[in-house]
Amino acid sequence: MKRLLATLALLAGLPIAQAAGFDYQLAPRQIAPATWVLEGAREDFSFANGGRIVNTAFVVTDAGVVVIDSGPSRQYGEQTVAAIGRITDKPVIKVWITHHHPDHFLGNQAFARKTLGALARTITDIESDGKGFNENMYRLVGDAMRDTEVVVPTEALTPGTVDIGGHRFELLALDGHTAGDLAVLDHTTGVLFAGDLVFHERTPTTPHATIARWLKSLDMLEALPFKHIVPGHGPAAADAAPIRQTRDYLKWLDGLLTQSAAAGLDMTEVMRLPLPKIFRQLAVIDAEFPRSVSHLYPAAEEAALNDSSPRRKP
Amino acid sequence: MTALPRAAAFCLALWAAQALADADPLDSARWGDMRSQLFAADATVVFDPRVQVTGPLTAEDPKNVPIAVDATALPGVTEVLVFADFNPITKVLAFRPAAARAELAFRIKLQQSSPVRAAARTADGVWHVGGTWVITTGGGCTVPSTGSASPEWQRRLNEVSGRIWSRPDGNRVRLRIIHPMDTGLAASIPAFYIEQLAITDGQQRVLMEIDAFEPVSENPLFTLDLPSTVTDLASVQITGRDNNGNLVNAWVER
Ligand SMILES: [Zn+2]
Repeated sequence: MKRLLATLALLAGLPIAQAAGFDYQLAPRQIAPATWVLEGAREDFSFANGGRIVNTAFVVTDAGVVVIDSGPSRQYGEQTVAAIGRITDKPVIKVWITHHHPDHFLGNQAFARKTLGALARTITDIESDGKGFNENMYRLVGDAMRDTEVVVPTEALTPGTVDIGGHRFELLALDGHTAGDLAVLDHTTGVLFAGDLVFHERTPTTPHATIARWLKSLDMLEALPFKHIVPGHGPAAADAAPIRQTRDYLKWLDGLLTQSAAAGLDMTEVMRLPLPKIFRQLAVIDAEFPRSVSHLYPAAEEAALNDSSPRRKP
Repeated sequence: MTALPRAAAFCLALWAAQALADADPLDSARWGDMRSQLFAADATVVFDPRVQVTGPLTAEDPKNVPIAVDATALPGVTEVLVFADFNPITKVLAFRPAAARAELAFRIKLQQSSPVRAAARTADGVWHVGGTWVITTGGGCTVPSTGSASPEWQRRLNEVSGRIWSRPDGNRVRLRIIHPMDTGLAASIPAFYIEQLAITDGQQRVLMEIDAFEPVSENPLFTLDLPSTVTDLASVQITGRDNNGNLVNAWVER
């Protein structure tokens, strides 16, 4: 098909975009003073979206630009740098990676190494899992990943406040979606960058989740004095609705798995249970729910089974 | 074409109908090999929608792909063989339902996308084959088990946990056995897997026998259902052994 199009273009005397790469068509949307969001598709990874299912963001401070997450690929990172360049001349001085999932950090190559920071746990998890994630992303989204390599963040972030160019950022070291989840509250603008602790109108993902910890983290986020919230996936909001939606889903999921295991259901049966109407409205629930069953049901089963004895009880 | 004798045309039509009935509904390039490797040349093997295999469309974890086989729509099933066309080791397990229903759920390792099939043999010797495709993006057979590196696991080898549930149509038994189920395909880790299991009731009556092979997942978990004709099921015994001769012997209570 590509060749056919190229031939047609040649015949028509049109320029051919040979090796032009994948165009993410990034159009930053300003949601608060000095704050822009690049909102991803509420989809699964695909060749069509090039892995752009994630939200990334940046804050233009007087001292330079602070970027939250670098996106799914080298080209995404490079196109983010270009999009920032259309808004400000200031250099990128910090890139904060919220957690070790591939769509959040594989754009790191586009940024100076010394700007890259993440929680210590995220750094070690990128070191151990990063290569495998990168290879899998090639399989899932194809050519958009071209020349993408894992770049491990250098600065280990610690919780607390940092003043940068007139903005007071609070870094929060949380967990539950993964073993290391960074959230960032910009006290100056009231914007909370929640990473994947919060999903909105898009089903949460759970490959490295600990639901009890995740729920604790959500309570801490909801108690923060924010005016806007940028979830890891799905639209930004001006209230706590995305936090509540994520909490409702996780509580329902956890309860369903516990009850199903106690009732003796097999994993294949749990994957086919009917879903409540409120959650059927979440994007990609049909794919994400069976995945979560695969991740989380074995622990629920183990808790529901009894230890055996070597002989029969009298 | 007009010169074709009537008898020849009739034969051709018969042949075409037979070819259609023999066509693999899962359209797998490996079906011919499966047919010749797993079944005797003179055996009757037919595709039959009454043998249901349920699995996820895509396997999130190729080391633990949940599969349920249900041949209860077929009368008189004596044995069921489960296999995956594109696995490096195709045979997954076989079970003889005895007093249990002709259905079993378990988890398997898939090396790549593959049909997962069940062939149920009825009393007349005919094999009835059903199946489903499972898509995977990674390999599950050549990865070492988590158990093979852990001393904690060695202490608990062949430990059984389980439970019995009353259901409207009988009893359900779920059993989990601690075992690494190493395929022998990961570098320098020899094949080490449970070969045989028998589940019996308090009167030593056999409920089901299972022959497991390397592709069954680590720490195998089986779900089996018993008809309401099997009563007095306060506990079940599970006995068996792995390919190194280590024994399984445990009672699971309700
Ligand atoms: Zn994530």
